[in-house]
Amino acid sequence: MTIPWLTLAIALPALGGLGVALLPRDRAETAKRVTLGVTLATLVLLLAMASRFDPSGARLQFTEVYPWIPRFGVHYALGVDGIALVLILLSALLVPLVVLAAWNENDDAEDRGKGYFALILVLEAMMIGVFAATDVFLFYVLFEAMLIPVYFMIGRYGRGAQRRAAAVKFLLYSLFGGLLMLVSVIGVYALSSGAGQGTFLWSELAGPEGLLAGIDPATAKWLFLGFFVAFAIKAPMWPVHTWLPSAAGSSRPGTAVLLVGVLDKVGTYGMLRYCLELFPGAATWFVWPVIVLSLVSIVYGAVVAIGQSDMLRLIAYTSVSHFGFITLGIFAMTSQGQSGAALYMVNHGFSTGALFLIVGFLIARRGSAEIADYGGVQKAAPVLAGTFLVAGLSSLALPGLSPFVSEFLVFVGTFTAYPVPAVIASVGVVLAALYILWMYQRTMTGPLPQDRPAPRDLSGRELWAVGPLIALIVLFGLYPQPLLDVINPAVEQTMQQIDVTDPAPALDQVAGGQEGAGE
Amino acid sequence: MNHAAYSALETTLAAPVITQGPPDIDYGLLSPMLVIFAAGVLGVLAEAFVPRARRRVTQLVLALGAVLLAFVLTVSLVGALPADGAGIVVAFATVAVDRPTLFLQGTILVLALASLLLIAEHGQEESSFAAQAAAVPGSEEEREHVLAGSQHTEVYPLVLFALLGMLLFPAANDFLTMFIALEVMSLPLYLLCGLARRRRLFSQEAAVKYFLLGAFSSAFFLFGIALVYGYAGSVNFADVAEAVAGGGAGVIANGEPLLLAGIALAGVGLLFKVGAVPFHNWKPDVYQGAPTPITALMASCTLVAAFGALLRVFYVPFGGSVWEWRPMMWVVAILTMVAAAVIAVTQRDIKRLLAYSSVVHAGFILTAVIAASPEGLAGAMFYLAAYGFTTVGAFAVVTLVRSREGGGEAGDLTQWAGLGRTSPVLAGALGLFLLAFAGIPLTSGFIGKFAVFEAAVAAGATPLVVIGVLSSAVTAFFYVRIIVLMFFAEPAEEGPRVLRPGGPTGVVIAVGVAATVFLGVYPGPVLDTMLPQPAEAEVAGEAPTDMFAR
Repeated sequence: MTIPWLTLAIALPALGGLGVALLPRDRAETAKRVTLGVTLATLVLLLAMASRFDPSGARLQFTEVYPWIPRFGVHYALGVDGIALVLILLSALLVPLVVLAAWNENDDAEDRGKGYFALILVLEAMMIGVFAATDVFLFYVLFEAMLIPVYFMIGRYGRGAQRRAAAVKFLLYSLFGGLLMLVSVIGVYALSSGAGQGTFLWSELAGPEGLLAGIDPATAKWLFLGFFVAFAIKAPMWPVHTWLPSAAGSSRPGTAVLLVGVLDKVGTYGMLRYCLELFPGAATWFVWPVIVLSLVSIVYGAVVAIGQSDMLRLIAYTSVSHFGFITLGIFAMTSQGQSGAALYMVNHGFSTGALFLIVGFLIARRGSAEIADYGGVQKAAPVLAGTFLVAGLSSLALPGLSPFVSEFLVFVGTFTAYPVPAVIASVGVVLAALYILWMYQRTMTGPLPQDRPAPRDLSGRELWAVGPLIALIVLFGLYPQPLLDVINPAVEQTMQQIDVTDPAPALDQVAGGQEGAGE
Repeated sequence: MNHAAYSALETTLAAPVITQGPPDIDYGLLSPMLVIFAAGVLGVLAEAFVPRARRRVTQLVLALGAVLLAFVLTVSLVGALPADGAGIVVAFATVAVDRPTLFLQGTILVLALASLLLIAEHGQEESSFAAQAAAVPGSEEEREHVLAGSQHTEVYPLVLFALLGMLLFPAANDFLTMFIALEVMSLPLYLLCGLARRRRLFSQEAAVKYFLLGAFSSAFFLFGIALVYGYAGSVNFADVAEAVAGGGAGVIANGEPLLLAGIALAGVGLLFKVGAVPFHNWKPDVYQGAPTPITALMASCTLVAAFGALLRVFYVPFGGSVWEWRPMMWVVAILTMVAAAVIAVTQRDIKRLLAYSSVVHAGFILTAVIAASPEGLAGAMFYLAAYGFTTVGAFAVVTLVRSREGGGEAGDLTQWAGLGRTSPVLAGALGLFLLAFAGIPLTSGFIGKFAVFEAAVAAGATPLVVIGVLSSAVTAFFYVRIIVLMFFAEPAEEGPRVLRPGGPTGVVIAVGVAATVFLGVYPGPVLDTMLPQPAEAEVAGEAPTDMFAR
């Protein structure tokens, strides 16, 4: 009998979350230990699964398909390709680190954070499920249901007076996008019923032989838009990004890690998996609008990030800029671009996750995320400052750190197909150096404020929380091949499914592109 | 008008009685309704003969027993239906017993059971009903009755009679039976609305308003029937359907205007009962003024019954003129979804808010009616069941949250602040119900919405669905606002007292939660076994009207 890896990986945190929620109120310490144990067990389980993944094998592996709602052709269908696999591993890695980082964060809440840990576990189950779902309906259900734990994590356990408003803004924005997507989901079902048999199975819908292959182009464009708007809000893309800075700024940094590091990836992952592969024709038709939006996101996110005074909000805006790179890579429709985008999703999780966690440690020391409240930290807490510098440099894609590889691939992939946008996007890289280094300069260098006690350096627990991320940033910066080996076959198959090929004679293309850019 | 109705009655009923000899009625198929009727009559007798001290228990046992028995009978009747056809028409073709009837009747009975448990919740403080309805509010007489612990056990037979009407309403197979069912259902409800224990003048005002507007709508309905009769020469649904399909059946030349006016007027009567805009004005006042258990009964059972009737009327007798009534329904559905959602945003009172939310949901169900397909029928029925359980549960929670002064229910939303901290379980249950209303996946509300919207898209009403999801987003705003208030706000200084849920109310809330989650996570069994299969119907090449017995 084959082991239902993915179901186990979903069930473990889900049951753990239920167990933690049912613990009595005064057992908060137990709740923390159980949560950490469950998340580590899930990580081990998924690593064991990943070791059995065959990059050259079938597109979807570890598949499980059971009928769920036969009347609507809905299946409980799971399976992963390379891209989904690395994103699932990213989620499973980030969650225990967030748990460690948030260990004492909610000790002042009346339930001492027990509810927060239960929500994290439930969210982990849904995050794994949403990447593993290969049924459009199941994906939609988890995509929407994920909002509820996050909503409570921000609204109930968040920071500052604005958290309720931020939680509501987040929920309504996402619901709005989700409901538009619902229309498209229903449309997909109606079309598949018309094409023979109503189903939501991705494997039957997508591809040149899929049930959606012969649909009317105009309809396909509308359906594409329904999905795309929901994913663009999730991602978030300019101009529907406005919920992210307030949500991240009002979150606990741990929540922000999961929100930006994983949840927003669902948006870009959804574009790659659903927008492109279900509606290839429409996707190619929308390439230019999406590229323009991506460029605006890249530049706008970076410029606004420079002006932020709150570190959480600043990092949130840098993410808007980074997500612009991801969508640019996806819609460049080249294999380097899409490999780069998929890799970018993982690396962005590492670097942004580390940044948020370290800002969280600063907040734990001084209760503020305002840049103006800090200065000279590197004198008192050199390890903290050092990790912050590495994470920051990775965020600006310094060569030798992992995000450089993905950003480079995105640039190459975009340049071969769309040289001018690639040149414009490079502005984002310059601005990235500005916002990261300036933030570092203002918080970590200079004299220590005289009127306040100097911040402690990282404790062992904090080091364990952020250390693995720094290690991975360096490791995959020097040797990204293991990730690319897993991602590349999936990207190739995606390209085949949507029937596009890379622009062939690369040298001529580059030369022509440079002329075009020069004019 | 009465004269017209009676003469119509004579013409339809007189002929078969003479030609077919003694009436041959399949009592078995009518048994659920007969049981409820008998229990109602026995309840009236119990009022007269059982000593005061034992009346409440007697009435309660009688009512609960009757509803349970009727439910068992309804379930057993599913097996009695012919396997091939849609169902059986009984009692001179006045009542249709088919799958939709049985599903809706079963749903109504379960929801009525839940409402009865809420009504039965007693104790001096908890009771929602006036001690003596005949006493002038605020008078010495009223005070005496309150002190003496008087209670109106007549409530139970009244509910049973209303229930009889609700069971018959979606089962009626001719317009006159349907009208009678409408009145049997409505008259006890008018009375029950005026029985609130607190804010009695308000309650009485609601009852009068409901009665006057209800009488108007009945009149519209009756006038519509008369016009349809003039067009088709019959009030029987199958005959009308045949006449509509045949373009008048030779009863009257150029009778089209008669039919159209008839459809419109009968539609007004039915749309009033489901509370669609612009016929919704009674809902907020009545829901707010009525005793909350009665509101629960109306918001769940009455809505199911009214939609059952609406579906049958527009699918069977008027099924042939879909193209005539669809534009009208489009307008009503759009108005209902948009206007009610927008107005609901400004509400400050929980019961009024739930009333407007019920109006919005009626709009969502109308999109399935517009589909005029088996999927539409199935989707609407699933939605009704899902919504019914959630709404009964939500009103059960409302009965438990009382304001500090006077012990009345804490209607104003500001009093609900911080409830999630003081009573997490209760607030959690209400939170779940609100998420279901908002249509969040993994709750029954989502599957219901999916079912009706899917039917509408399949029938080509995509713009309607887009408007539907947009107004869903608006409704989410005010549902979420209550959750924010309960969970994220600091508890109010003069916060509400939250009663410990007694046995009955606790059961209702638990059932509501269980149904909301179960229908959301695993709706397959309900969708597949209890509702007619569209796939089979399509294979057999059946039109949507063949889902109903005729």
